[in-house]
Amino acid sequence: MPSTEVTSQTGRPDDIRAVPVRHPGRWIAAAVVLVVAAALIRSVVTGSGFQWSVVGEYLFDHRILAGLVVTIELTVISMAIGIVLGVLLAVMRLSPNPLLARASWLYIFFFRGTPVLVQLLFWYNIAALYPKISLGIPFGPAFVHPDANTLITAFRAGILGLGLNEGAYMAEIVRAGIISVDEGQTDAAQSLGMTRVQTLRRIVLPQAMRVIIPPTGNETISMLKTTSLVSVITVTELLYAAQLIYSVNFKPIPLLITVSIWYLVCTSVLYVGQHYLERYYGRGSSRSEEARVDLLAGSLAAPDGGAGH
Amino acid sequence: MVNAEGVHKRFGRLEVLKGITLEVQPGEVMCLLGPSGSGKSTFLRCINHLEKINSGRLSVDGELVGYRQVGDRLHELREADIARKRAEIGMVFQHFNLFPHMTAIENVTCAPIRVKGMGREQARSRASELLERVGLAEKLSSYPSQLSGGQQQRVAIARALAMEPKLMLFDEPTSALDPELVGEVLAVMQQLARDGMTMIVVTHEMGFAREVAETIVFMDGGVVVESGRPREVLANPRHERTKAFLSRVL
Repeated sequence: MPSTEVTSQTGRPDDIRAVPVRHPGRWIAAAVVLVVAAALIRSVVTGSGFQWSVVGEYLFDHRILAGLVVTIELTVISMAIGIVLGVLLAVMRLSPNPLLARASWLYIFFFRGTPVLVQLLFWYNIAALYPKISLGIPFGPAFVHPDANTLITAFRAGILGLGLNEGAYMAEIVRAGIISVDEGQTDAAQSLGMTRVQTLRRIVLPQAMRVIIPPTGNETISMLKTTSLVSVITVTELLYAAQLIYSVNFKPIPLLITVSIWYLVCTSVLYVGQHYLERYYGRGSSRSEEARVDLLAGSLAAPDGGAGH
Repeated sequence: MVNAEGVHKRFGRLEVLKGITLEVQPGEVMCLLGPSGSGKSTFLRCINHLEKINSGRLSVDGELVGYRQVGDRLHELREADIARKRAEIGMVFQHFNLFPHMTAIENVTCAPIRVKGMGREQARSRASELLERVGLAEKLSSYPSQLSGGQQQRVAIARALAMEPKLMLFDEPTSALDPELVGEVLAVMQQLARDGMTMIVVTHEMGFAREVAETIVFMDGGVVVESGRPREVLANPRHERTKAFLSRVL
């Protein structure tokens, strides 16, 4: 190829300077979006119904903050239960023992097939079904038998409802992750003398994490918002705390805005956490490295609108 | 070292191995040749019990693979016992199967630490020796995705050697490599053979088979068609099927 030799001798050839194609459609679309956005912002800022001063007044109200803490507790504990249960159910479903696999399938069928709100109400009313809960040897003597009403408080009913429901969804996510790992990895691990459990723990799950993390992040964000359902069983989380206030002062809109702001703050924090988790579990994968280089190069040297994809 | 008598293996209705009988002596290098689908890789996987055989007897170092004989009955081995026996047999795969989330040295130290309970420091120093031996002293902390195919396969060989196996199985170790990278892997294997390792190699590299193997076994359709010294089998094949195969690959 003589032309490349020539350019390599004479140095870099001039960049192409061509007249760009006009995109009138883009300009029109952008104008429409800007007008709508301007109108919306104006109405939000100047509209009297929003009562921004009331929002500011209640944003750091101790009742709202207490509700926020309960919301975060519910999210963290329920997700922890969901993830542990999900891994367990996924491993059960992939187990060579058919009874374990079927049991896991049935669990997922049941908990995915009924609304979480119904499940929450069920747990809240569990005392009607099992007035006494006994802990002991099955069909044998019981060691403790606390009253269901005192054991299952509203908060605990919320945790149970959200966590057990989440377990069913996480099970499918974890299972998808495990299946996505190449079978050759299991072959290699077993040929080195690792047992099934070691292979799962050291080889398969760490690789499955790359597939598991993004939807789990979604689930966590979704869980954060789903905790608001617990307000119907009188747990004073963020939404119910706000409802209690506006049922007295009759200012629902500013209080709902306050609540929304806090939900947005929490989801933003989760986005950041998810980003770092993905980076950690993406180590060693060429695509994640390229993406990082692209990102870096893009932020440094590509101010051309970033319309790469 | 390896003793197979009438080994059969079925996948559902498909019979892949139809009675394999062969013997590998300690220190011997055996090359398995044959067209694809002839059962070479399956037989290799049976030797370390990645596949269960349906009938016949298969033993490594005098002990049955996957079973324990009590009187004249066979008892299945427990998983931990199977794992312990696999740990004594190294295996190298066509597609390397390195652990992508670990660096080269972590790939090599993983099994000695987890399976043998070796100390971290000791495992690391042994691993860096092994990686040096396969010519990768510079690449200890590279991830597999940063290595070429030939380099990955050499890490895989080092990973298998780290368990100090008494037998090494190679399942088409150079088939997935660019032609110019085949040589570096074969050189490592040749050195290993010279050091006295017992090796069973499924390969299409006739040059390697001719120079390194003590025995060549030609398989087709799930049976051993013929076997013998490389010079005899490659130069004067007795069977039509062997002749036809060799005329296509040589």
